[in-house]
Amino acid sequence: MEYILIFITAIFVNNVVLSQFLGICPFLGVSKKVETAMGMGAAVAFVLTLATIVTYVIQKFVLDAFGLGYLQTIAFILVIAALVQMVEIILKKVSPSLYQALGVFLPLITTNCCILGVTILVIQKNYDLLTGVVYAFSTALGFALALIVFAGIREQLSLVNIPKGMRGMSIALVTAGLLAMAFMGFSGVDKGLAVLFGLN
Amino acid sequence: MNNFKVLMNGIVKENPTFVLLLGMCPTLGTTSSAINGMGMGLATLFVLVCSNVVISLIKRLVPDMVRIPIFIVVIASFVTLLQMVMQAYVPALYATLGLFIPLIVVNCILLGRAEAFAAKNNAVSSFFDGLGMGLGFTIALTLLGGVREFLGTGKLFNIAIMPEDYGMLIFVLAPGAFIVLGYLIAIVNRLKKA
Repeated sequence: MEYILIFITAIFVNNVVLSQFLGICPFLGVSKKVETAMGMGAAVAFVLTLATIVTYVIQKFVLDAFGLGYLQTIAFILVIAALVQMVEIILKKVSPSLYQALGVFLPLITTNCCILGVTILVIQKNYDLLTGVVYAFSTALGFALALIVFAGIREQLSLVNIPKGMRGMSIALVTAGLLAMAFMGFSGVDKGLAVLFGLN
Repeated sequence: MNNFKVLMNGIVKENPTFVLLLGMCPTLGTTSSAINGMGMGLATLFVLVCSNVVISLIKRLVPDMVRIPIFIVVIASFVTLLQMVMQAYVPALYATLGLFIPLIVVNCILLGRAEAFAAKNNAVSSFFDGLGMGLGFTIALTLLGGVREFLGTGKLFNIAIMPEDYGMLIFVLAPGAFIVLGYLIAIVNRLKKA
């Protein structure tokens, strides 16, 4: 039950893009077409889940074990960069079709702050490994959901006549604001579910 | 290019927020008030100036193949330094900015300036480039934070300007960040054409 609560909270209530402001760059950058948005969403889900497992192990067995907590930021960003590179090489060999679908998005992911942000959050929130993985995966699903919905709206927007100064990023940001407002409608759902499941 | 031109280039012509649209996560995430926006801007300014200078000094020693990871390590070291200093001297601001301080590492402005400027120019110009870009970012964040704080709570830099009842809470919350930035960019676009 606790996992279901984390799942729903991470996707709808605390959506990573629309309420925590992580991963805005790809959210604004690769949201012109629904197809590319889906590819990016899948790539983030894949890398984020893997990165959470690897950084969790490093934090518990290397940084904590040797008292090197202050190296967290440096260690995590290097691990994520190396991991992304490795995933790219392995995918190319093992599954060329999947590589074709995700390939172009992988290099962009290293500097996606939702990866580094979520891996640090998992440690800060003191989750155990399984909870952390559930949290990371649902966060990535929330990212994909926001990205795909936003891309759908932007596809429609490209057909509309927009005032000159508002064209491009400006109207995109206002649209994102309205989308964030819509997602605010979910606030409080997490507390209701917690009562329903009899937690706290 | 003289150093003054480099400095102004970052603040006006290539303003990282309004023109280049880089580093959007901290821009939206930390600007719930003018003070927070300014704090985030200054923190980024510090890391940007230091990393720009160091990278321009070591650029001849770094093999081309591994330059990106090395740049990231330099940036991450300064971010760690900043984290420790802020935790010690401004714990309240550190707590509000929270996750966004370690996330300066993945702010595209830093790696972008390292690649585009510091790796090609000498230390002095790189210093001014970092200062200009950092100031441009700070000004943009303070402006955005100020507008949101004023519309949302009727205050500016924590000083009440109009009664709090007139505040529209939505501007302090997540949707307000997107909407205010969208309109500010529209205004900048309009001014650029004039």
